[in-house]
Amino acid sequence: MDIPYTVQARPDTGLYNAKVGIWLFLASEVMLFGALFSSYVLLRVGSETWPQGLLNVPLGTINTVVLICSSITVVLAWASLKLKDFGSYKLYQGVTVLLAATFMVIKSFEYRDKLTHYWVRLNDGTEMTGHIEGKPFNWTKATLSKPELGLTEIHFHPDPVPAATGAHADSEAAHGHEGAAAHESLTIPVSEISRLESFGPWRSTYLAIYFTLTGLHALHVVGGALVIGFLWGPGSRMWRSDPERLTNRVEVSGLFWHFVDLVWIFLFPVLYLL
Amino acid sequence: MTGHNGAAAAAHAAHGAGGAAGHDDHHELGFLRKYVFSSDHKVIGVQYGLTALLFLFVGFVLIALMRWQLAYPGEPIPVFGRLLEAILGPEVAFKGIMSPDLYNSFGAMHGTIMVFLAVVPLAFGAFGNYVVPLQIGAPDMAFPRLNMASYWCYFLGGVLMFASFFIPGGAAKSGWTSYSPLATIADLAHHVDGQTFWLLGMVVLITSSLLGSVNFIATIIQLRAPGMGWMRMPFFVWAQLVTAFLLLLAFPPLEAAGLMQLMDNIAGTSFFLPSGLVVSGRPLEVSGGGSPLLWQHLFWFLGHPEVYVLILPAMGIVAEIIANNTRKPLFGYRSMVYASMAIGFLSFIVWAHHMYLTGMGTKISTFFQTTTMMISIPSVIILTSLFISLWGGSIRFNTPMLFALSFLPMFGIGGLTGLPLGFNATDIQLHDTYYVIGHFHYVVAPGTIFALLAGVYFWYPKVTGRRMNEFWGRVHWATSLVFMNLVFLPMFVQGLEGMSRRMYDGGATYAAQEGIHGLALAIKLNVGISHAAWLLGLAQIPFVINFFWSIRHGEKVVGDNPWEATTLDWATPTPPPHGNFASPPVVARGPYEYSFAGRKGDFTPQNQPA
Repeated sequence: MDIPYTVQARPDTGLYNAKVGIWLFLASEVMLFGALFSSYVLLRVGSETWPQGLLNVPLGTINTVVLICSSITVVLAWASLKLKDFGSYKLYQGVTVLLAATFMVIKSFEYRDKLTHYWVRLNDGTEMTGHIEGKPFNWTKATLSKPELGLTEIHFHPDPVPAATGAHADSEAAHGHEGAAAHESLTIPVSEISRLESFGPWRSTYLAIYFTLTGLHALHVVGGALVIGFLWGPGSRMWRSDPERLTNRVEVSGLFWHFVDLVWIFLFPVLYLL
Repeated sequence: MTGHNGAAAAAHAAHGAGGAAGHDDHHELGFLRKYVFSSDHKVIGVQYGLTALLFLFVGFVLIALMRWQLAYPGEPIPVFGRLLEAILGPEVAFKGIMSPDLYNSFGAMHGTIMVFLAVVPLAFGAFGNYVVPLQIGAPDMAFPRLNMASYWCYFLGGVLMFASFFIPGGAAKSGWTSYSPLATIADLAHHVDGQTFWLLGMVVLITSSLLGSVNFIATIIQLRAPGMGWMRMPFFVWAQLVTAFLLLLAFPPLEAAGLMQLMDNIAGTSFFLPSGLVVSGRPLEVSGGGSPLLWQHLFWFLGHPEVYVLILPAMGIVAEIIANNTRKPLFGYRSMVYASMAIGFLSFIVWAHHMYLTGMGTKISTFFQTTTMMISIPSVIILTSLFISLWGGSIRFNTPMLFALSFLPMFGIGGLTGLPLGFNATDIQLHDTYYVIGHFHYVVAPGTIFALLAGVYFWYPKVTGRRMNEFWGRVHWATSLVFMNLVFLPMFVQGLEGMSRRMYDGGATYAAQEGIHGLALAIKLNVGISHAAWLLGLAQIPFVINFFWSIRHGEKVVGDNPWEATTLDWATPTPPPHGNFASPPVVARGPYEYSFAGRKGDFTPQNQPA
């Protein structure tokens, strides 16, 4: 039994099956991310404070450029197959995967930055943000009291307070990237700390939607890279048996990749700039 | 995966580009590939059907146990109570008495199981999978392996939901709607609780529905047989197409909401948790600033289209059976098609009529009240067309037709009682009472489920080659019809008396308060409703026995078209083999050419050459 139109387009629709399928899938994806973006709007409109300047804009810009480049190479890979140039296909498809990997590496550094940045509340009610010496990863109050760490005190480098505008409620700014060492270090006894948490999704609604949106997007990047990598590696053997079908597969995975890129184009201004 | 592709590609190359279709060179598949991990749409349809019927039973058992607690609050459940205590532990069913937590769990899971694991998979997964490719003359679905993945995702989702009864803390207990913040704080003692399982289960089920809906739409667009134009498609196919679009576009927002609630429950975020939340006298240590209303919007953005996911396939089934058994073309086929599209579109902009009492503002309420009244128009067009289709027909009263006929008034009652709920002034009185329960159960239970049962009796001969027993079918129909009404009709009275749908003791404590009048009748009705519900369960025994007995012992059908139907699903061998048609069908005419004057016989199959 053969299913019709798996490779050739159906005359009256002008499409092969997988292309219909991927467009429908992308429609569904639009609704998924659309719901999250709408939630972002609703949460932000309803919030009293909304932190700004918490993310590293240069890194975000680099990642935007990386993804746009990968969108170009993914088209070039498909065009190479159309031109029967298998060598260039391998090159462009490989570059796409490398760019996806670059994106993920940069993204993971950004995540790490957030999870080594802390907010602490002392027993007397003082609240501070900053870094703990040694840049420990995602500690909580419970970590501090673990006997195997044997901690009695921590060395805390508070974030500099923005000078001119004074203490805005929404200025939990992260200027700690560069000059944390330049500022004084406080020594805080563990027994003084009533609550400690890193800048993970639990810290604020902004970080919650940031981690959820970028995390879901990162899952899409990984999924897309796996498929594109498969079509670059073992999947490319189909070039000998059924070149047209391989070309279609590259086209369909490319459409998905453009969507992933497009989501980031929206994410970057919404989360980094606005 | 590569090996399989290679093989497929090689086979393709051997056929050449325009290879003769219908030519089959498949080797004999092993038992596992043929019946368990099958990519044949018919096997998957049957898998969906059997699993969904099983969950229909599970969902019924939950409510049957809850009905005891409502009728006889605080008394131990006979026989089954001890069983509950043994299985779920004395903390939830001490000496066979249902605890409030268990009641809440059962209530939440009854709704979840019935909607997401029983009725939708039966209507869409089972009937859609089995019948749609046959009716459009396709050899299979466009993506057979995605189809298999869709079933197994559904299965996994079902397992997760079912397993959640047995984890510490029990299954989700915040209603099938899982409103936040209740859903997040209902079980703070357990980090991974029933709600976590519910959310994970939903994510898997949504994946299943996504794979299914993409597949259905692509199949209907791409794989229609030559000559099968859009207006030659049976109404059932149209109904499934609109349903697939609803699932494709309405479910993702719930997935987004599910992910956010999962973050709230697991990662400690505050998407749906407002600032200053105090639980058991202690402030909750969360960042706050979230919006409980946001959950409701996202939930009902799926929740309302979901209602039409439940009803459209049922209307499709009823339309097929009515056309076949009145021996007449459907009245207003085109209007029905356009009406189903209108329903599909409008169903996306009515969701907030579930939220009139949340204080979202009168302007918004007015908008949603208007759209809600508008959506009743296409629903009435379809129902009226089906009624008028009966006019002047020489009706064959067989079991499928009896179920299909009783669908019409039952769905009518369900639909009309919805109007007072759609007006926000009357909804203030009726919201969250038993009236609501009566309303939507009339739509889904004697409505959709009757249509689904009609479908089971109707397509059974195609699937098995044998008919189900007609006498016991009628017994099943008559008793079900009586008990369905005895269960749900009194609920309107209870609701009008003001009885809340959320009360664990059926309202007994509330009615005993001083100054409360009028609930006396509602409390008495609880007992009658419960007995009717249990009898309704007993009334399904003839169906279950008939269903299994007839596989081997039913009357064998003569020929491939026992109902003398026109659509292509009856033009296949019985049961249809892998690849469906003996030779590729070519469609020459519309779907319902019954009793055309001057023709030999009273029906002309769609593939009969002009």
